[in-house]
Amino acid sequence: MSILANQNTKLIVQGITGHEGLFHAQQMLYYKTNLVGGVTPGKGGEWVLDGKVPVFDSVKAAVEVTGADASVIFVPARHCADAIYEAADAEIPLVVCITEGVPVQDMLKVKSFLKQKKTKLIGPNCPGILTPGESKIGIIPGNITLPGNIGVVSKSGTLTYEVLHALRQQGMGVSTCVGIGGDPIKGMGFIEILELFEADAHTDKVVLIGEIGGSDEENAAEYISRYMTKPVVAFIAGITAPSGKRMGHAGAIIDGKTGTAKAKIEALETAGVRVAKHPEEIPAILS
Amino acid sequence: MKLHEYQSKQIFARYGIPIPKGRVAGTAGEVKQITEEFGTNVIIKSQVLVGGRGKAGGIRLVKSPQEAQEVATSILGMEIKGLPVRKVLVDEAVSIVREFYFGITIDRVKQQPVLMASGSGGMEIEEVAVKNPEKISKVYIDPILGLKEFQLRDVAMSIDLPRQQWRAFTEIGMALWKVFSDCDASLVEINPLVIAAENKLVALDAKIILDDNALFRHQDLAELRDMDIEEPSEIEARKFEVTFIKMQGNIGCMVNGAGLAMATMDILSLFGGEASNFLDIGGGASAEKVAASLRIILSDPKVKVVLINVFGGITRCDVVAKGILTAAEEVGVKVPMVIRLVGTNEEEGRQILKSSKFASADTLVQAAQMAVAATKEN
Repeated sequence: MSILANQNTKLIVQGITGHEGLFHAQQMLYYKTNLVGGVTPGKGGEWVLDGKVPVFDSVKAAVEVTGADASVIFVPARHCADAIYEAADAEIPLVVCITEGVPVQDMLKVKSFLKQKKTKLIGPNCPGILTPGESKIGIIPGNITLPGNIGVVSKSGTLTYEVLHALRQQGMGVSTCVGIGGDPIKGMGFIEILELFEADAHTDKVVLIGEIGGSDEENAAEYISRYMTKPVVAFIAGITAPSGKRMGHAGAIIDGKTGTAKAKIEALETAGVRVAKHPEEIPAILS
Repeated sequence: MKLHEYQSKQIFARYGIPIPKGRVAGTAGEVKQITEEFGTNVIIKSQVLVGGRGKAGGIRLVKSPQEAQEVATSILGMEIKGLPVRKVLVDEAVSIVREFYFGITIDRVKQQPVLMASGSGGMEIEEVAVKNPEKISKVYIDPILGLKEFQLRDVAMSIDLPRQQWRAFTEIGMALWKVFSDCDASLVEINPLVIAAENKLVALDAKIILDDNALFRHQDLAELRDMDIEEPSEIEARKFEVTFIKMQGNIGCMVNGAGLAMATMDILSLFGGEASNFLDIGGGASAEKVAASLRIILSDPKVKVVLINVFGGITRCDVVAKGILTAAEEVGVKVPMVIRLVGTNEEEGRQILKSSKFASADTLVQAAQMAVAATKEN
């Protein structure tokens, strides 16, 4: 079982005829994700991926024909806000934005707009959602993990894959893995995902992967200590990161004294979360 | 991307925010000349992109053209927190009645723009936030609706601004919001905003930080980038769409993904080593990108070993392995390399590496231990 996505989730890809969109749509199809269509304005009526997937001119048209209830966005950064508005306007319940480099003020407006909508957003600048054996929405490699009872939530991409791989090496599987992305202004955060895992009958333990910058991890720690009954294991990247430098992700920056890995680790440990010293230590702590 | 004070003030002026009369100069002679022209006391302000310029002696009041030349000579020869002072701003001195902090930034917790003001102007706002948070007045801005005048009046009242300044304060606030939204800023700040002689409000300092992600729609602003503050290697890396940050250690790192790159630096430190850099090679570790990255890493003579950690996922490890070997040959790598590849076809990848002179590691722990050990051997 899972959160956010399962085998019944009907997915469309916005930007399906682009290089990235098409490649990853193929990968999602290989994974047997219920991919029902794609959207590229001006290419409606075409079929892609050996004629298996129809392309629509708009999200609204795609929803009308396919009944899609999730969308994954691969359009270039400058068009992402528009793509999210379009999906939300078509009342798609779940939107996952993979694209990196979306302007922060675009995201501020998106966040404000989404307050009036039921749409939940994951990302941008994230690897997406993987419910092993059921649904892959985004770019998380499907072959590095197995179905199981561990929920994973992370700000990172390849670091998440590293953890999934380490779990699999020890025979541990995952209920759902959610990459929320490393941008400062983003869709769902740690707390909202933790709430879903806490409520999910098939998730028994949770792994949280954070990094320097902001205070999401500290706030998650507070939420965990107050509300979570399921054990949480964490890893925080960036203990050696210098202050004032943006470490790749737009949000990964120590600003003066705020956002350090040390402060996050202390907050999590105070909340009873066991924090791994490196990613490969996580399976041992979980078992 | 940070803008200099003089650049920020030029933008403020375009939006009608009152700033002192001032000019930027690169030599002591020019400073003397400007001071003569102004015929008043002036403030000479070093233009470097770090805080604490005043404490470092980089901001001085002078009373004559002669003194201006002397002080400018000294400031233009200074380094502040490692950054050379190449330009100074010469501002007409303003007599200060009261000082305020005034700025707009992004609140990551509330995920909204926030306007902040405080009667404790001139101080670092972060310090005020920690020591006297009650002295900061905040209003959150709906980014679709924009800042509203009543919000600014609320702020004016809460910082005890005299009524006669409310109108000017509201105008400055609206202009500041316009700068923030028009320029795709992540911070616009006036610290201090002062009540000067004749009860006029003046922005004595100006700070703008722009969102790098939005520079594509601000070509004019992108050109204001000061290359002085960046390591040449970091500029070089950007050309290849590789993120590189110089560190102090002797283990060169090449990793795909920012989080994993940080975690790789961290694990080296855990086992007693230290990374010479952060490097995120991004998607698709092509031979060209690997070669460029290797050159940048090896331009630091301190580097004793290179650790390559690529979690391929969908990318085929055999292709990456071949790419790494081609790049290493082309660059002429003379230090040991430890390579870890995980993902599709990882076994084939490892086989290819086995036939090379470089070491291959299975796990992250093993890779880190091997790299640290290599620094101790030579």
